[in-house]
This record gives sequence, C-alpha cells and structure tokens, in this order.
Amino acid sequence: MNIHEYQAKELMQKFGVATPPGAVADTPEQAEAIAKSLNTSDLVIKAQIHAGGRGKGTFKNGFKSGVHLVKTPEEIKKVAASMLGQTLVTVQTGPDGKLVSKVMVGVSKDPTRELYLAIVLDREAQAPVVIASTKGGMNIEDVAHETPELIMHMKIDPAIGLQPYEARKLAEYLDLKGPFLKPACAIFHALYNLFISTDCSLVEINPLVTTAQNEVLALDAKFNFDDNAMFRHPEILAYRDITEEDPREVEASKFGLNYIGLDGNIACLVNGAGLAMGTMDIIQYAGGKPANFLDVGGGATEQQVTEAFKILVSDSNVKAILVNIFGGIMKCDTIAQGIINAVKAVSLPVPLVVRLEGTNVAAGKKLLQESNLPIIAADDLADAAKKVVAAVKK
Amino acid sequence: MSILVDKNTRLLVQGITGKAGGFHAKQCAEYGTNVVAGVTPGRGGETWESKVPVFNTSHEAREKTGCNATMIFVPAPGAADAILEAADAGIELIICITEGIPVIDMMRAKVGLRDKKVRLIGPNCPGIITPGQCKIGIMPGYIHKPGKVGVVSRSGTLTYEAVWQLTSRGLGQSTCIGIGGDPINGTSHTDAVRMFNEDPDTEAIILIGEIGGTGEEDAAAYIKEHVKKPVAAFIAGATAPPGRRMGHAGAIVSGGKGTAAGKIAALEAAGVGIAKTPAEMADALIKKMK
Repeated sequence: MNIHEYQAKELMQKFGVATPPGAVADTPEQAEAIAKSLNTSDLVIKAQIHAGGRGKGTFKNGFKSGVHLVKTPEEIKKVAASMLGQTLVTVQTGPDGKLVSKVMVGVSKDPTRELYLAIVLDREAQAPVVIASTKGGMNIEDVAHETPELIMHMKIDPAIGLQPYEARKLAEYLDLKGPFLKPACAIFHALYNLFISTDCSLVEINPLVTTAQNEVLALDAKFNFDDNAMFRHPEILAYRDITEEDPREVEASKFGLNYIGLDGNIACLVNGAGLAMGTMDIIQYAGGKPANFLDVGGGATEQQVTEAFKILVSDSNVKAILVNIFGGIMKCDTIAQGIINAVKAVSLPVPLVVRLEGTNVAAGKKLLQESNLPIIAADDLADAAKKVVAAVKK
Repeated sequence: MSILVDKNTRLLVQGITGKAGGFHAKQCAEYGTNVVAGVTPGRGGETWESKVPVFNTSHEAREKTGCNATMIFVPAPGAADAILEAADAGIELIICITEGIPVIDMMRAKVGLRDKKVRLIGPNCPGIITPGQCKIGIMPGYIHKPGKVGVVSRSGTLTYEAVWQLTSRGLGQSTCIGIGGDPINGTSHTDAVRMFNEDPDTEAIILIGEIGGTGEEDAAAYIKEHVKKPVAAFIAGATAPPGRRMGHAGAIVSGGKGTAAGKIAALEAAGVGIAKTPAEMADALIKKMK
C-alpha cells in the first residue's frame, strides 16, 4: 500500500520525525490560510498524487508543474486554484494522468547537505536494516551500483531495537557532528519507532537534509507497509486512496481475490500463488502474454469464482481465458460448478480453456462437458497453455 | 524412510476447535497420522471428535500426551505466539500452516526460537507429508505415493503439481515439505536439501522455488558443494513484474534481487536439471536420474 506525501508528513509529525512545517488543503482558500500561518516567504506547494515526476509534469489545463516555489499566500491561492480539480500528467502516471484533489503547502528549505536514510525489513538478515548514505537526493540503486562504498548497512537486533550507540554510529558515518549530532540521533530514533509501531516494510528518507539553521530534516519520505499487519492499523488503512489504484485490483480485493493486472491478453484464474505464477510463465513459454496474476486461494467459493470471471471479462485487452485448477482440498466438481455458474452469469465474449486436475476430477470434467458451454478442455498444463495461445491467434 | 515425520510422529493441533483446524486435523487423522492432542486456550477438558483431548496450553499437551510435533491453525494475529508457546513446551517439530502473519511478529518469533532445539516449518505453508505414514498439513493425501523422491517447495499447489507428475509416472516420494511463501520462515530450501541429502532413502530431489529472496541461490551453492543425488528444479515467476508482491508475501523482486533468471543460473551452475515450465518438473528429474 502506498500513501500520499502529506500523509507521510502527518505520520512523521506524529512520531516526532523532524520535517519542514506544512499541511494539506482541499481548497485554494485553505491553502492560502495554511501559507499565512507558516509566516515565511519561502513557500512550496505540491500536488498530491502517488506518482513521481510531479515537478516536470503538466496539467491537462496547460498549467505547468505540480511543484511550485512561491513567496506569498496570495500566490499559493492562485497556484492551488490551477492545480485542484485538474489532472496532472507525469512520466509515471501514463497519458491519462491523475486527478489532483489535494495540495500540500509547506515551508521550502534550502539544504546545505543531502543525505540518504532508510529502514527495511531485510529477509536475509531477518531483522530491520538501516541503510545510510552521504549521497542523498539520488536513486539509491544507482548509488549502490556506482559507489557501493558510500552506503552503510546496519542490522538492528529486533529484540532490543535501535540503541543510542548505533544512532551515534550512523550520525558519525553521515558526518553529522557538532550541532547536528543531537537532532540527527533524535530523527533516527523517531524513525525507527515509527517503522516498528506502524508495521512498515520500508521507510525511505531521500533526501535527509541539513540546513544553515543547524536542523536535520526529512524532506521527502516513502513508506511501504506490511499488508499482513494492517488488521491492527486502522489509522494506516484509512490512508488508502483507491482512486490511485488499478480499479481491477480494487474490485478483486473486495472479494478476497489476489489479483495483479498485467499488460498481456490471456487472462488466467488459478488456485495458489505459486501455480498462478507458474501458469503465467507457461503461457509466455507457449508464445502468449498473460493479462494478469489471479490466485483464488485454496478455499474459493462459487461466488468468488464468479466475481473473478467478471473482473477478467471486464478487461477489454483480454482475448482468451485460461482456468488452471489443481484441486486439493478444493474439489474439481465444486470448481466446475463455479465456472458453469459464472459463465452463465457473465456472457463469455472470449474463448475459455479449462484444465482441471486433482480431487474429483472426473466428476468436474463431466459437469463441464454436460453443460454444453463453449469450453475448451485441456488434458494437462502444457496442453492448456498451447490451446489458449492458439485460441488467441485464431 | 523419510525425514522429520513418520509413523512414530505424535501430533498436536493448535487451533483444533476452529473450522480449518478441525477440518484438516480430521483429514490428517484419516490419512493415518497419529493425532494425540489439541490446544485451544479456554477449551481445555473438552474432547475433539470424541477421542482426542483438548488442552489449554501446549505445555500441558506435551506433558500429558508426549506429542512431538504440532500443526498450527491459529489465526494470523496469534500465530507467532502459538509458535513460541509450542517451542517453549519443547515440541520438537512445529508446522505453521497459518497465512498472513505480520513480518515483524515472525521476526520476533525467530529471535525467541534462537536458543530452542526445535524446527519450524512455515508459516504460510501446506505442511509436510511422508506418504503412507504421516500427513501434517493441508495437502491432498491421495496424490502421494511412498517412494524415494524428496520434494521441497515454497508453494502449495505447485508441490501438488510436482507430486502428481511423479506419482503418475510411477515415482513415489520419501517426504514432501512445503517451506511456505513468507519472507521470514523457519526451514529454508537449503535445510530441506541437506536433510534429503543425508537421508539414505531419498535418492533424488525436486526443488521448487519462486522469485524473491536468495533461498534458492543458497541451496544451489549447497548442492554444488555437497549433493551427488540427482536434483531438478522449477522457479516460478519469470514473467512477474518487478516490485509487485505475487500473492505470497515473499514473492517479490526488489532492487533487481530475487529474479527467476538469477536463481535458474545459480541452480544450473550447480548441475541441477531445470524444468522450463511447471508441466515438466517430473520429466526434468527423470532426465537427471538416467
């Protein structure tokens, strides 16, 4: 799950991670009021969408850039009026762009240094790992590639958390000394606390900056959360903005289906994540392109299968559907009935290939045959992939 | 022969009075597994299926029944705690089926297991089966056949697929282990391969992996160094887009790490036969066995 920049700022403010002052507005008047309260002539206003590249983007009304540095609250009001309710197109949004319904107004800071700081849940270390670099403001993957010696990794013992000496070590590595030492350590501890308390899987501060006023501030932050832990974080779940997500994925999540949209034309419906990935792979191996990943899980109901079908056929790119089920605990005849009901409920505009194997497979195949629906039966996985690719090419 | 579980295994089921726990405990018992106890806090003193005693704690179950393995169906918010309780009770083998445990909970649980002499399999896994002797988990028992091929996998249904291919070609299995799809788990591919390698009655191994992490690469390094038995592998997710979590929490390519291509190259360099598609897992092994 991704969150907006202003939500990240709210979270950081709540946990005491120092950031430049600022707040979010839905109207030009509100934006102006926030600007007035900040009491400075170094103001910044930013359009709130999830996609990056905002500074170089263009609004569909012709207004340039989703990030503006201005001097007065009046100018903030004017810029806000040009952004709110308009669609911003950036390199990451695609040509459709994203509707801007909120802007963030803040104090613009002039950094003296730009650093990098992140915490990740590292699967190899089986612990949180702090990543720090003196090369801030750049893509960390590029830094890792070009100058790996400029990146520090520090494994934190999950049982005791980040210790003061570890924070000092990080500060020293980043050359944050003298008046910067104390605010730097404070920000490291606050960030670690936020990371653990909200079940993050990644928090990345890029850049972490110093200012001429001896501040250490998080200028931009990216958060990823552990989906498994969201049951205990209703406050984080409330940050979810479904207008920023693939509508097919939003629909699928309503029915407990694990769906990821891709750009091919062969839709697939599979039980089990591993088999679903394997099915995508074999479609590609047979010369086709998968339109999605869809795992209906081990105990899918008839209704879930029907809803899954609805999502698959609603995608106009889809030219054929492959159902691949290995019935274990889930019986093939139950699945077959689910498919039959689904096909009857949503008219089937494209060829459907079904491969069933496992528990009660004979009964399942018989049901499909007797249904007189235009279903192409496949003997095994390889056969299914071949048949579905052939169906698309017809 | 087999690894980890056999006809002497005495099974505890944590969460036996729940819907999934009860259903699968019954399936396991019907397969022939010796289900000796259940645990549900607050339900101690009840009897499950009119023969298996239910206890409040794993400690009590251990003391009264001598259970030496446990199957966990406790819902995700309490599953890591259930693992720690079983470990504290000294139950040697802990199989956690539960899906969706927060990563931080598992990370802490692993810290708690550091000094305990227990083996954890999972979480988010189908379990373990030694065909004809003992089934602990949610896999369909009848597709298996006793034999000499060891199977280890991160995915449930892909394991069934491999087992079915083996059984239909007349090849039985010594033991099949699902290590689970989560980023932090108890038993790695390497652990399972090592046990199969040391088991005199396992003659060949199928390793099923997927994108994310470096577990398959680590296993490849171990195989290259130590394993003379034929090994075949399939890695799922070659076509998965980077940065997206493919159903399993652990199945994600991030920062260019954990790609299918990297894993396949490492396994090939270790002399492992590669199944190019999931339809060819058994055939890739048979080719290696010749």
